[in-house]
Amino acid sequence: MATTYDIAKKQEEPKQDGNVPVVSVENLCKSFGHLKVLNGVSLRVNRGETLAVLGRSGTGKSVLLRLIIGLETPDSGSVRINGQNIAGLALDRLGAIRKKMGFLFQHAALYDSLTIQENVAFPLEHHRRDVSRSERADRVKQLLAEVGMEENLDKMPSDISGGMQKRVGLARALALEPEILLLDEPTAGLDPISSGEINELILKLQRERQMASIVVTHDLHSARRIADRLALLNEGDVVIEGSFEDLQHSDNGFVKEFLNQS
Amino acid sequence: MSELGFTEIADTDPPLSVQRPELIASVAVSAARLFNGFFEWFGSLAIFSWQVLRAGVTPPYEWRELIRQLDEVGSKSLPLVAIAGAAIGVVISLEARYSLTRFGARSMFPATLVYSVIQVMGPILTGLVVSGRVGAGMGAELASMEVTEQIDAIEASAINPYRLLAATRILACILMLPLLTLATDGCALLTGWLAQALVETLSFHQFISNGFNGATFNTFLPPTFKTAVYGLIIGLIACFEGMRTRGGAAGVGRAATNSVVLASLFLILADVVLVKFILVVFH
Repeated sequence: MATTYDIAKKQEEPKQDGNVPVVSVENLCKSFGHLKVLNGVSLRVNRGETLAVLGRSGTGKSVLLRLIIGLETPDSGSVRINGQNIAGLALDRLGAIRKKMGFLFQHAALYDSLTIQENVAFPLEHHRRDVSRSERADRVKQLLAEVGMEENLDKMPSDISGGMQKRVGLARALALEPEILLLDEPTAGLDPISSGEINELILKLQRERQMASIVVTHDLHSARRIADRLALLNEGDVVIEGSFEDLQHSDNGFVKEFLNQS
Repeated sequence: MSELGFTEIADTDPPLSVQRPELIASVAVSAARLFNGFFEWFGSLAIFSWQVLRAGVTPPYEWRELIRQLDEVGSKSLPLVAIAGAAIGVVISLEARYSLTRFGARSMFPATLVYSVIQVMGPILTGLVVSGRVGAGMGAELASMEVTEQIDAIEASAINPYRLLAATRILACILMLPLLTLATDGCALLTGWLAQALVETLSFHQFISNGFNGATFNTFLPPTFKTAVYGLIIGLIACFEGMRTRGGAAGVGRAATNSVVLASLFLILADVVLVKFILVVFH
């Protein structure tokens, strides 16, 4: 007879079933003081799939990504990565799961005291110590070439444009060959041409690497271009989830207003 | 006009007896907030210290970052503590000569200088100088990293920021403070002797042999190595204030100021306890 401990342990073990979503968020709630940001959000993303999370500014889109990678702790609900609940995990155990994830921050968050190639090499130097220095250097050059930044290896982050910083941030996010890619406003603050280039880059990476991706954005055009599914957040919850056509055919007032204003 | 103004105020304000309960309530709320904030700060510091300790003692160890921090805290502070030590050596020498001559105890000059520098001035001066340079630098650097999400990026890259950023910096401060203190002491003794040698014949050998006459390791080692505790205080407070910063550029400025002010304050308070401890245990 299974004990409570066995059942709890089984729940914690990652499931090996191929149908298990790579990222699964269930009834996620998060408040900051009296401000309720997320109120029971549930989402699932499978391997090779891109989900765009849309919504007005301040609706908790970025908080959702931070909860998924464990930078914030949920008040209730669960975040499962390959079936394993990450809530309450110690930093080092969480680290093992984070190695499977790449995160592009809204403002790229490049290390301002390191050059561009040092930024991309940073995760490799910490997690691929078994690989020789020359191999790591080759890998960094390859990653920067993938995002079109191979000409700027020795520049400092402050010497390049916002779009270029996002490219470098993307190269850094891909350094450990993640299964999951989390992108926080990848086109925010960029001109239309740079936005288009970033969108094409994300699409190309998706085709080549088949990662599970979650893109947080308020740019409907960008979301439509790169995502397989869209989820619209309002007042801390998912109003609608589906294809762009599903959103277009929705009778929900907020969805209509969001589409009309975008 | 002014009379009319006073009359108006007197008419609109409630009498003092009515105001008093509200005033007491407001003071009580402020005091409770202050009290709460005080204990919250210490509680957060304790949790932070535990996280740093746990991260610091478990592998993988960040040797490269530690060496970088040893250079940052040690080598780059050396010129500053050397100059400060040299200046204080001259000051103590001038003051000691004047006072000892007044009391007819000029022969005590070498011992007075050596004991004043090594037991009192060298350690506290080094602590305060390093607190100013390193504490402010670390606090501002980490705060800047925090507000620009660089610390989050480190964490998102599956690297423990307590291990990489805090443990290395704190350990570098602990290891470097005693060495910097030795440098301060050396410079202070050298310039103190020079200041004296300029006005009367006193060979360096004579100065040293008279100054250290009757001294044991217990006389000099504990005051020098107590600065490792200063290093702990400086590193811990700078990292704590830096890594919990909120609020953009203003937050960075606040973290730098708090790092220096709090580290200097706790350093002086710790000195009171450490001096008593050394006197009880080693003498």
